[in-house]
Amino acid sequence: MLRMKKELKLMKGNEAVAEAAIRVGADGYFGYPITPQSEVLEYLMAEKPYERTGMVVLQAESEVAAINMVYGGAGCGKMVMTSSSSPGISLKQEGISYIAGAELPCLIVNVVRGGPGLGTIQPSQSDYFQAVKGGGHGDYKLLVLAPASVQEMADFTTLGFELAFKYRNPVMILSDGAIGQMMEKVELPEQKPRRTEEQIREQCPWATLGKPKNRERNIITSLELDSLKQEQVNLRIQAKYERMKKEEVRYEEIMCDDAEYILIAFGTSARISQKALQLGREKGIKVGLLRPITLFPFPEEAIAKLSQKVKGMLVVEMNAGQMIEDVRLSVCNRTKVEHFGRFGGIIPSPTEVLHALEQKLIGG
Amino acid sequence: MTEEIIIAGFGGQGVLSMGKILAYSGMMQDQEVSWMPSYGPEMRGGTANVTVILSDQRISSPILNQYDTAILLNQQSIDKFEKSVKPGGTIIYDGNGIIRHPERKDVNIYRIDAADEASKLGLSKTFNMIVLGGYLKIKPIVEFENVIEGLKQSLPERHHHLIPENEKAINRGMEIITQTHSA
Repeated sequence: MLRMKKELKLMKGNEAVAEAAIRVGADGYFGYPITPQSEVLEYLMAEKPYERTGMVVLQAESEVAAINMVYGGAGCGKMVMTSSSSPGISLKQEGISYIAGAELPCLIVNVVRGGPGLGTIQPSQSDYFQAVKGGGHGDYKLLVLAPASVQEMADFTTLGFELAFKYRNPVMILSDGAIGQMMEKVELPEQKPRRTEEQIREQCPWATLGKPKNRERNIITSLELDSLKQEQVNLRIQAKYERMKKEEVRYEEIMCDDAEYILIAFGTSARISQKALQLGREKGIKVGLLRPITLFPFPEEAIAKLSQKVKGMLVVEMNAGQMIEDVRLSVCNRTKVEHFGRFGGIIPSPTEVLHALEQKLIGG
Repeated sequence: MTEEIIIAGFGGQGVLSMGKILAYSGMMQDQEVSWMPSYGPEMRGGTANVTVILSDQRISSPILNQYDTAILLNQQSIDKFEKSVKPGGTIIYDGNGIIRHPERKDVNIYRIDAADEASKLGLSKTFNMIVLGGYLKIKPIVEFENVIEGLKQSLPERHHHLIPENEKAINRGMEIITQTHSA
């Protein structure tokens, strides 16, 4: 008996990003291959969206070229994106800083692998600082989304473009090799047409699409030699980040209501921690999970609130301790905060997470 | 119902595609599914493995260290994953080239000589489908017609003419699997 109702696909996370980008009506993808992210470009090349919707797909000569193509496309009000994995994202940082400085919308996907340097091709979360705290130079922030499933890889591609245009700011999807490479069921969005040039002119009055007679020319730049004017730019983008903090915080709480201990984890670590939570509950440990979905803006208030009623928090990350700094800032010493991490491409097992919770918080 | 499976063997044995067909079959049956491969240099000529989870609930971790079932298709995989099966769980292995057979007393062990059978049938490429048939005999968690539907979904259309021989291989696998130890 066939019981499947909805139109569902079984896809890799990387493929879900690519298909969702076509369906949301993206105008262009510019990338360069690197494991474990190459399926984004491969899928797009095989799918030929330039025949389906007119979307441009281009393998650039390098990551640096790709991000600057994104800069150019975004300056014209186009819905453009790039993707890469950690070392490639490092190469893009100058361009990302310029795009943030010029206040342009775009989507950047980082399918993180272990570092530093070329590191390993296996999954990691060691680019949290780079994504959340800057990465490139200057006082800027990305809006950072952390998917924990293939479905969210698709959903956040749509959401990412929406938020990028809402704030005229680059949005980053901070994924990792596990979510990029694994297959799960995914329900894809309906195919939307790409915006027409008239629609872009209307929605993006700042875009450089040629100067009509009735207005001043639009200039896309991140350079301002007059410091007083540059300070105004800084104040304006900081106000934007404050608005993001008010309007865009997203997180998920699982069994936190009666919890005495809280696991805090994003992405793949959150999936593993959810299994650790199940194992812990089976042993009678009252443990909950808070999963930040936006890493910037960070769910500070939700964590602060939980910190008032629990005995301790364990931050689980596939790195040496990065998000824990934001957790500690939110908690302000109201409860004990410990870290558990594996790195170098090692994914911790659910039982390891549970042991860490027992040793670092319950036993200690 | 949640079934957590590891399938491990040599790269090229069809380990990943067997997992994929199983995941598709579960999806056809409206189950939650996840398919997490080992990826990287070890796939090229070395060992390959994939974790497949089928469940009627939302799947938490797609990556595990304890499994309900381990399908182990070479010696290295037996050496690596025999210990990772939950007590009372299931090991299915191919006897071809195995020197040290699974020894656990607290799990159910089945042997399927799929490699031999595939060459007897003259269908060496259906090796993984013979194994899948054996697995489905022991754990009928997805209905046969959903497996065939899963095959259709996971194979590109130009290969759909191969479905009858894959179906034959699945059926043969169901016939030849034998239990060697009962927990």
